[in-house]
Amino acid sequence: MSAVLTRDIVKKFGDVPAVNGISLTVPDGEFMVLLGPSGCGKTTFLRIICGLEQQTSGDLLIGGNIVNDLPPRARGVAMMFQSYGLYPHYTVRKNIAFPLRTQRVPGAEINKKVEWASQLFGISHLLERRPRQLSGGERQRVALARALVREPTALLLDEPLSNLDAKLRASARLEIKQFQQRVGVTTIYVTHDQVEAMGMGDRIAVIDHGRVRQVGTPGEIYDDPADRFVATFVGTPPMNIVAKNGGYLGFRPENFLPREMIEGSAVAEFSFRVDRSEYLGSERIVYGVLEGFDPNQIVTAKLPGAHVAEESIRPGEWHAFAVRNNALRFFDKDGNRTSRH
Amino acid sequence: MVSIAEPIAKPASPFRFLLDRREVLNAVLISPAILYVFLLVGLPFLLAIYYSVSAYTLYDPTWRFVGIQNFLDVLKNPVFLRTLGNTFLFTFASNFLGLVMGKFGAFLLLQPFRGRRIVRALVILPWAVPIALATIAWEWIFDSLYSVINWTLIALGIVTRADAPNWLGSPGLAMLCIIIINAWRFFPFAIVIFLAGITAVPQDVIDAATVDGAGFWRRNYQIIVPMILPIVAIGLIFGIVFTFTDLSIVFLLTNGGPAGATSVLGFEGFQVGIASGDVAHGAAISLFMLPVLLVVVIGMLRFIRRREI
Repeated sequence: MSAVLTRDIVKKFGDVPAVNGISLTVPDGEFMVLLGPSGCGKTTFLRIICGLEQQTSGDLLIGGNIVNDLPPRARGVAMMFQSYGLYPHYTVRKNIAFPLRTQRVPGAEINKKVEWASQLFGISHLLERRPRQLSGGERQRVALARALVREPTALLLDEPLSNLDAKLRASARLEIKQFQQRVGVTTIYVTHDQVEAMGMGDRIAVIDHGRVRQVGTPGEIYDDPADRFVATFVGTPPMNIVAKNGGYLGFRPENFLPREMIEGSAVAEFSFRVDRSEYLGSERIVYGVLEGFDPNQIVTAKLPGAHVAEESIRPGEWHAFAVRNNALRFFDKDGNRTSRH
Repeated sequence: MVSIAEPIAKPASPFRFLLDRREVLNAVLISPAILYVFLLVGLPFLLAIYYSVSAYTLYDPTWRFVGIQNFLDVLKNPVFLRTLGNTFLFTFASNFLGLVMGKFGAFLLLQPFRGRRIVRALVILPWAVPIALATIAWEWIFDSLYSVINWTLIALGIVTRADAPNWLGSPGLAMLCIIIINAWRFFPFAIVIFLAGITAVPQDVIDAATVDGAGFWRRNYQIIVPMILPIVAIGLIFGIVFTFTDLSIVFLLTNGGPAGATSVLGFEGFQVGIASGDVAHGAAISLFMLPVLLVVVIGMLRFIRRREI
């Protein structure tokens, strides 16, 4: 059974569609990531699922029931917000208990569930504190405990890591993923950060301009992007795209290597003029252009840092580079993928 | 060869950079406020304390010390006790009413509608209009012969001319009238306070409460109101302090009548101390405001500080 299912959801603000026909199925227990640039409609879509926004058209099913006209409190979903939205005047205990109190759960059961949720996140010792006395990581755990305490059909997370500093973000990412696997709650996670998406998602839905461009596992999204947008949005640096025969040719920077580093003959060879080279420790990023292609189209190569010496690649030099044939991707003139190989 | 550092010119006078010194500047800037408070608040206050323990009247300006005799006289006087009760009723009822009206007004003014900015500006008027002008307008509304309310009620056939309420003539109604006027005067201030508070509540918190299952009332009374309580408490302190010491509406509209039903502390102190010339007893009456206001202010400030921790 699918926990959340949408059919052609459209949301217009005035005449402008923020969400432009999203149909998505999220099976029970899946960690689904909605990935897209700012303003692509992913947050609006999430707010439609939890009922904070009403869709202009389309159907929304949660746990198999159509909930189009149900208010948020009747939908059985929980949401964690970017700034967590903790209640500053309540202690941690009352924060976690709040969703149960609104459902008129008996007091004894509330206590039991608050204990359970706070133990799950290791915040039992913080129950009598107020949100302002907590660190960023602790606040996130309180927000998660509050979201999970009433055992929702689906948990919605709206950019939950964007308020944390870079160091904390990595550990918080791990923590969210671990608890999700332990509890097995269906999760929809909105982010613009591809590292979060690739690292956490069972599947990723890449969204742009209110439409889903591709749904797939992180591997599918990365290796077989459905169109030029997905190809260039995911990956650092993004996939190289060059015009060829009225369509486009794409290849990942890490597959674009000096000819001598690739064995065999099933390769496409290029003559590559190096313009700039950046040493990043574990790797070297080389920028340049290809002979016989648009001279303004910058192409990047990601080379293993240890294997390529500084002296062997200098700006202004021409080098023989190549890409394995099975790493080439082809797109038609509209940017859609035409074939795999 | 060029010299690298020109010698810095010595200041012409030792006082030239005096105001650059922080402790001097602090003293210069704060002194007008201290002077003002001391001369216009502190001295009269000390004078009032002195009058209240003396036998000073306008006709017999003696400084003879009588201890707390004036206070005992005042406390034995049933008119004063009634005045004290009136003052509490007037203050708390009108502030409560103003606060409730302010809350609803603020919620209405948060809704987007055409001309909201104009309405927001106009709603300040009751607070901005001089109280003397406003009270004259209210006098016509409540007048015994020409009352606009009565005229409307009679025209609608709800009451007859004979049994139309005599707003300022019967004790209960007269108190109701001054409470309504003061609430009307206070509520724009309350609206501003509530608007400032509500707009400061993060949208994420309100959204979180909605998703957590809170409906309109629960969001309001368990989330928004507790969160804006500190700022509302500040507003309420102002309202209570100003109302408790105020005599303008009573002075202009009812003169304490009928039969002392609307007399408040400030008015009674003025009547006894200035109008009748019994300065000592007037001062004693006025000083009864002090402990009440102290308790209110200290209590509210402690409450706010506790909330902020």
